[in-house]
Amino acid sequence: MKLFEMTALELSRLLQKKEVSAVEVTQSFIERAGEVEPLVQAYITRTPETALAEAEAVDEKRKRGEALHPLAGVPLAVKDNICSCGVRTTCASRFLEQYIPPEDATVVQKARAAGMPLLGKTNLDEFAMGSSTESSAFFPTRNPWNLSRVPGGSSGGSAAAVSSGSAPLALGSDTGGSVRHPAAFCGVVGLRPTYGRVSRAGLIALASSLDQAGPFALTAADAALFLELIAGQDRADFTTSDEAVPSYLAALPKGVQGLRVGLLVENVPDHFDAEIITAIQKAAKNLADNGAVVEEVSLPHTGASLEAYHLICAAEASSNLGRFDGVIFGRSAAGENINEMYSRSRGEGLGPEVKRRLLLGTYILCESRYEAYYMQAMRVRTLIRRDYESAFKRFDLLLGAVTPTTAFKLGEKLDDPLAMYHADICILHGPLAGVPAISVPYGFDSGGLPIGVQLTAAPFREEILFRAAHFLEQSRGPEPLRPQLSPSGS
Amino acid sequence: MKYEAVIGLEIHVELQTRSKIFCGCSTAFGAEPNTNCCPGCLGLPGTLPVLNRRAVEYAVRAALALNCRVQGKSVFARKNYFYPDLPKAYQISQNEQPLAWGGYLEVDFPTGSRRVNLQRVHLEEEAGKLIHAGDSIMSAAYSLVDYNRAGVPLLEIVTAPELHSGREARLFLEELRTLLLYTGVSDVKMEEGSLRCDANISLRPAGSAGLGIRTEVKNLNSFRAVEQALNYEAERQAAILADGGELFTATCHWDDNRKATVVMRKKEEAADYRYFPDPDLPPLILERSYIEAMREQLPELPRERRQRLRESFNLSDDEAAMLTATRELADFFEAAAESYRDYRNLVNWVQGDLVYRLRESGKRADEISPAMLVELLELLDAGEINRPVAKELLAEMVKSGVSPRKLVQQRGLGKISDQESLLPLVEQVIAENPDAVENYRKGKEKALAFLVGKVMAMTRGRADPQELNRLFREKL
Repeated sequence: MKLFEMTALELSRLLQKKEVSAVEVTQSFIERAGEVEPLVQAYITRTPETALAEAEAVDEKRKRGEALHPLAGVPLAVKDNICSCGVRTTCASRFLEQYIPPEDATVVQKARAAGMPLLGKTNLDEFAMGSSTESSAFFPTRNPWNLSRVPGGSSGGSAAAVSSGSAPLALGSDTGGSVRHPAAFCGVVGLRPTYGRVSRAGLIALASSLDQAGPFALTAADAALFLELIAGQDRADFTTSDEAVPSYLAALPKGVQGLRVGLLVENVPDHFDAEIITAIQKAAKNLADNGAVVEEVSLPHTGASLEAYHLICAAEASSNLGRFDGVIFGRSAAGENINEMYSRSRGEGLGPEVKRRLLLGTYILCESRYEAYYMQAMRVRTLIRRDYESAFKRFDLLLGAVTPTTAFKLGEKLDDPLAMYHADICILHGPLAGVPAISVPYGFDSGGLPIGVQLTAAPFREEILFRAAHFLEQSRGPEPLRPQLSPSGS
Repeated sequence: MKYEAVIGLEIHVELQTRSKIFCGCSTAFGAEPNTNCCPGCLGLPGTLPVLNRRAVEYAVRAALALNCRVQGKSVFARKNYFYPDLPKAYQISQNEQPLAWGGYLEVDFPTGSRRVNLQRVHLEEEAGKLIHAGDSIMSAAYSLVDYNRAGVPLLEIVTAPELHSGREARLFLEELRTLLLYTGVSDVKMEEGSLRCDANISLRPAGSAGLGIRTEVKNLNSFRAVEQALNYEAERQAAILADGGELFTATCHWDDNRKATVVMRKKEEAADYRYFPDPDLPPLILERSYIEAMREQLPELPRERRQRLRESFNLSDDEAAMLTATRELADFFEAAAESYRDYRNLVNWVQGDLVYRLRESGKRADEISPAMLVELLELLDAGEINRPVAKELLAEMVKSGVSPRKLVQQRGLGKISDQESLLPLVEQVIAENPDAVENYRKGKEKALAFLVGKVMAMTRGRADPQELNRLFREKL
């Protein structure tokens, strides 16, 4: 087995036993990226020199016998809307094409401090607005399982990097499903933590009340180990929680015995792929056969989540993205006067999906529209939160779909924004309630595309997600973790 | 028809915290442009606001001193607009749920004392500072921007429309300034911009209740400008109405050189700032116990102090106002009065020479020791120095901080009353002024005063006049 084929935990063990060096591990992923990147295009910016230098530093420390984090020497890919000091951070936008942040995001800083070499910055839908990574201003990323398909989005680059073996772990961000969606499409584990679990400092905001950074990994155990590293209160983010960070990895062997699992009835309407529904039912049966109690549950107000989500997200985005005005940083176009400078800088620097959402958000925040749209959406949000609260009085875990379909073709939904928004129908309401959720690969459809199932837990109960996800991984039977990728395969 | 002006003020006060409201940058005034900035106050992508608790504390203190109802829950909101002095394209402010509602300030107007009600007090962040190479941002060849000020904590105080003249507006602001100085939350300097004021003014027929068409007056950079601009604007509006003209809602700019208001823009419709609660900052929750603790920590406020001093020391209104103009001066006076019983004399020295010398040296009263002034007055009372010397010593004492007794010793400024020193001078004056001597001997007492004066002049006032009188009489 080659190093790039291993899980982060396997690499961690080899590194700790000094059977491999961090440089060797990092080199393996760099070489793999060299092979598959021309096909997949997961990265916007690759930083092999930095990564090797960081790996070398880890090897030096290990040689000196310094105490190291288990992930020291395990390299990392980071979504390009998360700031990395000295490495350009573009949000896949022309506006920030040349932007180099002066500081690391808290999550990046924690990863670097733990000795995780930074492999590069991954592609996304521009400013994380999208579900296919096609709205990247630079190029679309392709699904490693089928290069004619999208990787999902918006963190499609991070999901594709882990899936294609060009990174063992990756960071993404999930505002309305942007971690879980591409995780399901690319057949990797993707976790959205509880809102406030992971610092948003340095994550370039889309919608501040919804954004959370989260891990991509090959396995639940890898994601658990990585979340332990990046979670926790941060002085730089007032919305982080002081809730203690437990050992997620230690909880994995506990199994699912006695867990009360709610099977979401809203997640299985008619237009969902039958194979996805079958996969969920199979997962439910597996859980029930192994000591979990499975019953149906309804979240009645989630039917309005698409509208509520897009109103709130657009409103916050219209304010958050106001700073991209060409005055202090980023793209700045000359104009006859200040208004011309603003409109040229924004007009040339921002893409069509971004403009669509900013216009929507600006409109609904207007004094005369605020009550009808923003406030109404906030009321729906409260109702959805209550739905979840009452569900979690009865259940430890909710089981449902991540996506209504498996990965769709490139270009398929590009001209139909509503169809694109609809791809997120199962994953938008969790963020509105602030709850954590994980996407776990659970088989393939008849076309060989991965299927993901979604597990949702009450706030700060990520360890239950990892336990159940780990169980599902064990119970789903032997299947390839990574696609066969060769220049000819598609 | 006779008109009455109706004026409401919107006041901005920079809070004197060491660091900015949402980041750790210094708030020091006058630094090199763009040196007190960080990724946070420049609004770089990914940065988040971190609330400075000290700014909240100062705001609460000010609101309590203004008798406001401080809210247990208030909400930071984003005020969205594009302008180059606003790095994030929104200002973090408060809108629907401000820090405090209501409140009032009691002001002594020429017509008597009156409560001026406040509508609200809220906390927000400052914008940066723009300088245009031209008249305005639209016509300038270029504009320069300094973000040092961006993120300085700002308190907005909005009064009810209850002031009726430029004079009243000025008196209100001066009383507000004194009050805020007492609470120690701001240095309240109009000339440095840490106190700023916009005014809304309209006219209505005297005695009626409604509100007329108002103009908003901006660029009021001194107390005097506030008074002059509002009086000017009231007259301008009255003249239009008297001519049968029509007023329109407008924003105008006070031109302090021409002493006139200039209409900047007709207000077609109010700007839409698309306020919404800032998702980066949870609601600001203040426990009752915290608010009450802040209330207890409030110092005695100017109005109460003025009254107490007036009664305890039998002061006139003007004297009480003068002595309580700042908390430091009132503290100084009271500390001195602890050990010096001739209050009348003390009052005269404090409000006369001391205040003059403080202003001259740019020092605050708390930089001077009250014990030293007492020492000085005791030296004077004991006859060890005379009045002109005492005045000179006070100036020196304020400047150098050296005690009067020490100064007397260092400079030999004490009174000369020993016979060995004075006798030769007396003899010299007698020899040099035979006419005066002759006159004295003829019984003219005035001649003696002349001779004494000569010696006083030679000793630059330090000779003891009584001793001189005795010596001259003895000699002649």
